[in-house]
Amino acid sequence: MTQPGPRGAALDGNAMAGDLREIFAVDVTAARFMCAGCTHTDAVATLVVWHQSPGLVARCPNCSDVVLRVVRAPDRVYLDLRGSVRLEVPLEGS
Amino acid sequence: MGIISRGFGGRRRESVPGLPPGQYLTHDFPVLSAGPTPRIPLDRWRFTVTTETGEKTSWNWTEFQALPAEDVTVDIHCVTKWSKLGTTWRGVSLDTLLADVESAADYTMVHSFGGYTTNVPMEDLLDGKAWVAYKFDGEDLEPEHGGPARLLIPHLYFWKSAKWVNGVQLMPDDDPGFWEAAGYHMYGDPWREQRYQGD
Ligand SMILES: [Zn+2]
Repeated sequence: MTQPGPRGAALDGNAMAGDLREIFAVDVTAARFMCAGCTHTDAVATLVVWHQSPGLVARCPNCSDVVLRVVRAPDRVYLDLRGSVRLEVPLEGS
Repeated sequence: MGIISRGFGGRRRESVPGLPPGQYLTHDFPVLSAGPTPRIPLDRWRFTVTTETGEKTSWNWTEFQALPAEDVTVDIHCVTKWSKLGTTWRGVSLDTLLADVESAADYTMVHSFGGYTTNVPMEDLLDGKAWVAYKFDGEDLEPEHGGPARLLIPHLYFWKSAKWVNGVQLMPDDDPGFWEAAGYHMYGDPWREQRYQGD
């Protein structure tokens, strides 16, 4: 869990799969985000996720701005997307 | 660790004096991070109070160190449910930092190097309730714990005690900071378990 280097104990975007699956009926880690800070676009799975924290903080791998935040309360999940211009979600069967 | 913390370091759910509801005691000092740890050279450090009219008062590290400091022993309570009792800090009271600032603002946004923010009502910064702390347990505050200096506001959940603090913006209205905008409580009183919005 704890690796040296600039990312410290951060994980990649796949660490959010379980939380996001509860919100979306699709696998959002396969979706593509566009960062509001630098317009970098890539798969959600490439986000740098800080998890030893009061919530999950997913940062842009290009500019390190916060792209999305997930906060779990006992009976609800908050998803803060202000750091994302958009999410592009692939549809099955198309 | 092992022997010293035996029977004490784990999760204790029984009532302990000084322990708010839903919290457990820890003797460690867990490091929580929402991003990379900023390394701030002391010659680039600055703390700035900005009023609601845009007037700024600021201190560089040398000026800040020359202010009267206080040694305080307080209990701290993290919203992730650990509490640490009797922690010792040295820092400058917000009463000192705000003494000559003319403002009618009721709210503040605390800012940090690295972009973190958290909102705190003005009255919670005053009357001996908050410090900009630069020593923990007699040592310079480590970067992982918010050094060179962090806010210390122990009567609220510890996410309000912003690490790497670099300023306070005074505001007429309450606005949410980094975690408050993402679902955490606007005030965060551990004794009322104000963890999330609506608590
Ligand atoms: Zn970016």
